[in-house]
Amino acid sequence: MNAPRIRAASPPEPDPHLAIVAVRDVVRVYRQGDDVVHALRGVNLSVAPGEFLAITGPSGSGKSTLLHVLGGLDRPDSGEVVLEGRAISGLNEEEMALVRRRRIGFVLQFFNLMPTLSSEENAAFPLLLDGAGDAIERARTKLAAVGLADRARHRPSQLSGGEQQRVALARALVTEPAVVLADEPTGNLDSLTGEDILKLLRVTADAGQTIIMVTHDARAAAFADRIVRLVDGAFVVSAEVPEGGRRS
Amino acid sequence: MSVAYALLGLLEEESPRHGYDLKREYDHLFAQTWPVKFAQVYATLGRLARDGRVTLEGERPGRGPDRKLYAITGEGTSVLDAWLLEPAPAEPNVQSVLFMKVVLALLSDRPAGRFLDMQRNQHLKRMRELTRIKTDGSLSDQLVADYALFHLEADLRWIEMTHARLERLKKEIRA
Repeated sequence: MNAPRIRAASPPEPDPHLAIVAVRDVVRVYRQGDDVVHALRGVNLSVAPGEFLAITGPSGSGKSTLLHVLGGLDRPDSGEVVLEGRAISGLNEEEMALVRRRRIGFVLQFFNLMPTLSSEENAAFPLLLDGAGDAIERARTKLAAVGLADRARHRPSQLSGGEQQRVALARALVTEPAVVLADEPTGNLDSLTGEDILKLLRVTADAGQTIIMVTHDARAAAFADRIVRLVDGAFVVSAEVPEGGRRS
Repeated sequence: MSVAYALLGLLEEESPRHGYDLKREYDHLFAQTWPVKFAQVYATLGRLARDGRVTLEGERPGRGPDRKLYAITGEGTSVLDAWLLEPAPAEPNVQSVLFMKVVLALLSDRPAGRFLDMQRNQHLKRMRELTRIKTDGSLSDQLVADYALFHLEADLRWIEMTHARLERLKKEIRA
């Protein structure tokens, strides 16, 4: 087995000024009755354009909360999220909805397709909301890119799980977003189908798309350029593996 | 050679000791993980002495190998230090070495959690390399890489589990 391109274990975090997504000192606290849950305890993160980042960690570590904050689905109690140089945490609901629709693509565990729409209509959905005239055409291009050109007129119920997830990926990509946020995108798929989706994400990132994926699955995370680990709402400072040969 | 480091770890906990004591303590901790015979213990102690990692602290008159008392040297401690903080190569079937490092680290109050973090990084790094080989390679490459990936994933689960149970393990081995 020859070893082709091998990237470094943990490429250094990009300079925040060059980042397409940056998280600064984000804190998120939930109160459940008398209990206070510190979901995020001052998290910092920078993601470079075209980078495929995997966020891992045990359940309850805050990784889903972080993804929701990144996607504008949840707001930090303090700190900010900067997307393409713009702090989005302070936007009002209407502005935030536009950012979510136009600049962020979501791929979720349970596909979340509209059952009554065809693949191309589902993929075109974010553009249709904006009244784009070429919405269907652009959706077809993305469907072809994920290998579903021949399923454009099918409804979700006529598609396999893997195919539905590919439609969801086409929908996430159709607006040419700044970042694709994927939340356990293979969590509801068998391993073989899951791998196909991960390979598609890899190819998409290699073509320049920034992707942030949350997963508890180490084999899924291994498709990313960089892997960071959240534990108890904070990134584990990665203890660097010492360089140099092994002793026997 | 892990047995040598295990003996150093035990000598660090208590020196000087006879080969017989060391073998008994070794069996208590690692008989299930990495069994050794008396002859191997004595041979290993001999090599450690030759390399200056242990010293002979006295010799009883008489016959038989167990007349010698060994103690760890400064050199022995620093070699052990380096080994305990160095992640094992991320290959399938490294579990005995990982377990041994965790136990020896706990025995000597070294940062076992930090070792596990570094080991996790080492594993993830190897998994990323294998995944890259897999996505670029032939089906054969892919299947060979998958075999290693599944084993490394199993190691990672063990690392998580062990990390979560370090305190309990420490109490148990020190009991």
